Amino acid sequence: MSKPTKKKVFGLLAEYDSARAVYHACEQVRDAGYKVWDSYTPFAVHNLDKAMGLGPSVLPWIVFAMGMTGASLAMLLQWWTSTVDYPIIIAGKPYFSWQAYVPVTFELGVLFSAFGAVFGMLGLNRLPMWYHSLFNSDRFARVTDDKFFIAIEARDPKFDPQKTRELLEKTGAVHVEEVED
Amino acid sequence: MAQYHDELDPITGRKELVEGHNVTFHDVTEAVARPIDAPSPRWWIAFILSSGLLGVYLVSIAYLLYMGTGIWGLNNPVAWGWAIVNFVFWVGIGHAGTLISAILFLFRQKWRTSINRAAEAMTIFAVICALQFPTFHTGRPWFIYWPLPLPNQMQMWPNFRSPLLWDVFAVSTYFTVSLLFWYVGLIPDLATMRDRAKTPIRRFAYGLFALGWRGSTRHWVNYEKAYMILAGLSTPLVLSVHTIVSFDFAVSQLPGWHTTIFPPYFVAGAIFSGFAMVLTLLLPLRAWFKLEHLITMKHLENMAKIILLTGTMVGYAYGMEFFIAWYSGNPYESFAFANRAFGDYWWAYWIMVSCNVISPQLIWFKSIRRNVVWLFIISIFVNIGMWFERFVITVTSLHHDFLPSSWDYYSPTIWDVSTLLGSFGLFFFLFCLFVRYLPSIAIGEVKSVMPQADPHYHEPGHGKEKH
Repeated sequence: MSKPTKKKVFGLLAEYDSARAVYHACEQVRDAGYKVWDSYTPFAVHNLDKAMGLGPSVLPWIVFAMGMTGASLAMLLQWWTSTVDYPIIIAGKPYFSWQAYVPVTFELGVLFSAFGAVFGMLGLNRLPMWYHSLFNSDRFARVTDDKFFIAIEARDPKFDPQKTRELLEKTGAVHVEEVED
Repeated sequence: MAQYHDELDPITGRKELVEGHNVTFHDVTEAVARPIDAPSPRWWIAFILSSGLLGVYLVSIAYLLYMGTGIWGLNNPVAWGWAIVNFVFWVGIGHAGTLISAILFLFRQKWRTSINRAAEAMTIFAVICALQFPTFHTGRPWFIYWPLPLPNQMQMWPNFRSPLLWDVFAVSTYFTVSLLFWYVGLIPDLATMRDRAKTPIRRFAYGLFALGWRGSTRHWVNYEKAYMILAGLSTPLVLSVHTIVSFDFAVSQLPGWHTTIFPPYFVAGAIFSGFAMVLTLLLPLRAWFKLEHLITMKHLENMAKIILLTGTMVGYAYGMEFFIAWYSGNPYESFAFANRAFGDYWWAYWIMVSCNVISPQLIWFKSIRRNVVWLFIISIFVNIGMWFERFVITVTSLHHDFLPSSWDYYSPTIWDVSTLLGSFGLFFFLFCLFVRYLPSIAIGEVKSVMPQADPHYHEPGHGKEKH
């Protein structure tokens, strides 16, 4: 049999006790120049994305495109069915009485936008992802309860097991551990 | 009012949203999640009662499918009976959930966080109940897909100029978007339930629906944007839905229905009835699940104030309808309204006015709006009154139409009554399942409005801040 391979390291995981602590730690990790890292919190901590130096979400563009698609398809469908494929005079109105088509156009625009918002969000976040290396850490289970974390991944060009650990300890982490991939 | 003392938040100086001394994030998780671990005897009583009513509903529907809509009290002028009354009643109830989750979110009303989850669940279940009625009122519910624009062998398309068809699109979009909004809000809390689950089945089930959520800030950025966009979409959506429901009436030529006040009047009434139902559900829930420190007196007071506001708007609409009926000089319109208040159905009209216009005025008194028993009684009155509003609008306009020879008196049969009561069974059955298996308060959102969630918060005892 092959000899046991050395376990691959995902990165270093640092635990913090409060939103305030993780906020200032993020600022220090950001200023140290790391790129492949993330913070993990039980709720959306206000402005933590700014402290990490993240840009805005591109989601609104997806939603806008989806909403326009939905509304256009709705108007097109109503125009085509009532003037081209099945023209029939109802209440003496013109075939293309667009005012009457506004409600359905609006509703389908909203429906498609909502699909864009939800599935676009999941897609941008690469969810569902039922396995993630961080779930190997027992302490990480409290990220959905009351603990705050920062994980710097080994893929980061600046990652160094010793120096990165020192940085995290200096930021006020209550616990730093190595996580397997 | 000196006799009422509320704890104030150290940072904002406003009333505390989570009451108690030194409540930690972990305490909030446990307070919401613990009732899910083991059902209380009270839960079983509520569940068994609502299952019984659900049985009544299933029997009523089975007999309806066997016999046809002739078992209902419908007659020739009143072809829209309790089915449409119940439909509008249930759709209206749903609106408070969206108001709380979307409109109050856009207005940055942080107090919404501890009531939005249950209110959104209520919305979804109310719309499920609402959809039952038009489905079975068609008489042949297996053809319910006919309003959808599907290519078919008859080479026909639906009539997109009909408000009834707009309604199909509005209500189904509303249901889908409400469900998505609710689910998106649930994802972080499902992850909380996954991480504290004690049994493998629970860990698997919650984990499956939590989609592997891990609280990443890179995820929160997209998540919060999606949540805000959904709130922005739901706000015009919820207004459009009850507007379109009111078009079912207002676009027709019938006196009493053909009025331009209907859309705003229906929307105000929908929010009014929905908040009453939220109170009806949450007052027992917060007591039985011991959530009084999360759903505080401030939350109840705020909801009561919205009931007072919308109830007064509804009262204004009742008055304005009468004024316009007289001012228009239209004899048919004037007759329809005189007939409403003093005709065969005078009792229904005055039940409606007493419950919807008079009973909410009690909320002006602070001692009443801080008293859970009074609030519960008022919420029941409003529920009854709003059902009667739809009854009055539907039946009084139909039973005396233009042609006196076709006038008739409408009365429901035992099957109308059993279907309505049964639909409450369906509603409470679903709500019982919801509070049993899902966090009935948005755990993550409540944590985010606690003082220590702010990155600039200093722990008490660290010197300069309050102690």
